[in-house]
Amino acid sequence: MTTDTAPPVLVDHVTRRFGDVTALDDVSLRVDHGEIVGLLGPNGAGKTTLLSLLAGLRTPDAGTVRLFGGDPRDPASRTSLGTTPQETGLPDTLKVREVVDFVAGHFADPMPRSEVLARFALEDLADRQTGALSGGQKRRLAVGLSLVGRPRLVLLDEPTTGLDVEARHVLWQALRDYHADGATVIVTSHYLEEIEALAQRVVVVGGGRVIADDTLARVLDLVSVRRVTLTVPVGAGAALAGLPGVHDVTEVPDPRGGVRATLVAADADVCVRALVERAVPFHDLEVRGASLEEAFLSLTSSAEHGASSAAATPAPASAAATDPTATEVAR
Amino acid sequence: MSTTTAPVASRTAPPALRSWASLAWLHARYQFLETVRVPIAVIGNLLFPTLALLFFVIPQDAITSDPAISTAAVAQLATFAVMSSCLFTHGTGVAEDRAQPFDTFVRALPARPGPRLAGRVLNGLVWCYLALVPLVVVGAVFTAATLTPLQALGAVVMVAAVAVPFTLLGMAIGYALSSKAALAVVQCTLFPLAFAGGLFMPPEVFPRWLDALSQALPSRAARDLVVQVTSGVDASALAVPVLLGWTVVLAVLAVVAVRRDEGRRFR
Repeated sequence: MTTDTAPPVLVDHVTRRFGDVTALDDVSLRVDHGEIVGLLGPNGAGKTTLLSLLAGLRTPDAGTVRLFGGDPRDPASRTSLGTTPQETGLPDTLKVREVVDFVAGHFADPMPRSEVLARFALEDLADRQTGALSGGQKRRLAVGLSLVGRPRLVLLDEPTTGLDVEARHVLWQALRDYHADGATVIVTSHYLEEIEALAQRVVVVGGGRVIADDTLARVLDLVSVRRVTLTVPVGAGAALAGLPGVHDVTEVPDPRGGVRATLVAADADVCVRALVERAVPFHDLEVRGASLEEAFLSLTSSAEHGASSAAATPAPASAAATDPTATEVAR
Repeated sequence: MSTTTAPVASRTAPPALRSWASLAWLHARYQFLETVRVPIAVIGNLLFPTLALLFFVIPQDAITSDPAISTAAVAQLATFAVMSSCLFTHGTGVAEDRAQPFDTFVRALPARPGPRLAGRVLNGLVWCYLALVPLVVVGAVFTAATLTPLQALGAVVMVAAVAVPFTLLGMAIGYALSSKAALAVVQCTLFPLAFAGGLFMPPEVFPRWLDALSQALPSRAARDLVVQVTSGVDASALAVPVLLGWTVVLAVLAVVAVRRDEGRRFR
């Protein structure tokens, strides 16, 4: 039975496998009333599997999932839950207002249709068949459907993937408004920008596990790694792994001689300064922001080593600027 | 904008599920709406039995001048109309819905599977009755077919009775196969069953071996019972047990198909 004091989401030591693939590996997560949580991770990290367990679409192999204290597989536990169809998943022949009314028909106290349309700037499209909507309009309607039942918990799986900047901001504002009304929101994304715009707390998943679970600011520090690329003579590569703040070194032979090494570093400034101090004979230095994918990889490997050096203390000045060949591409 | 309704957090107890009947009615209405928005699918289904009556029965004076034979001719095409509506609505319709991501979204809404299924069955039944309208009108105007009020009432009840086994057959196909395969299987099932069941040609003209085989088919049993109710020609004693037997078999197949589908997609 659902109770009002139980947290919206309680995931306790949940494991879920698909054949040989372990999508979730002993994951525990608690989300309290009024939180807005970003679930961040590369594709295949287990985000969607986690949401499908919360929506009652799948069962865990081990562990328990609770929605307001009830089993999400029981439809009675889902009266306070809002989810969204995938972008391509609207019935083509139904009109926008009909789809909204259909979903509203499942709830005892739904949001009035006019309010749903207003929140997502869809008023002018009420009589349009969904098959005739643009990608952005479909996406807005899909996210709008998640709020039709006035849910206390909203699950959004990559809500703005493939949208232009303006449409993205309309959606984000609508979600922030709804959260401000007192709802709990969980949003998945593999865009850092989306998580930054929406979330207060960020849970990073990778390889089916929770790698980090912290405030937005802390997680931004964790994933703000840099890629430092440079060429060194053959044999000098071993010294690179020992540099301060370096998580990962990959080397490929450079056709012009020597080895082209790529370092993933929490703090490029400290790293470059150490390169100079230790007189490593490098040339062709490049520094740029790492992609989120690379940041996750480094986070995953540092989590495996049991170290949290990713959050190393930042250096005061930019050492990269002292090297004329350095270019830094801001994230 | 957010001031138009009470803040979400002010609600206390979790809301209850909506009633079974209102959810079933909701799903029936929207499935009907979705079907009716694709007119070609509807028209083909509605007109085929009527066209068969116009082309193959109306030109034959020997049939149209005899009330009993006319009524039987309309009754067997009516049985075909019901069978065809059920197989298309549930066979291809279910398979197509399952391919839609929206189906997954609807599953996460707060409703049990029962009302959804009931809504689907109700929608299928409405299409059975709609398919009979042009057929009955043409039969009444151009043939000597007649029904007493009691027979007419019996015919209305028989539509629902005949729809049961064929709804189950449709669901067994729709939940077991992809939409392309389901369409092919529905067609390959519908026409042989209809022909061998005496829905196009009366069983009286069948060779003896076909008549014997025909007795074991659900389409023949359904046809004989509809003819009995509408024209008073007694069906064979086997018709009721055959139809009930098939209903049980098809119910098992349908349940197995639904379970397997759930297991594959949502376990």
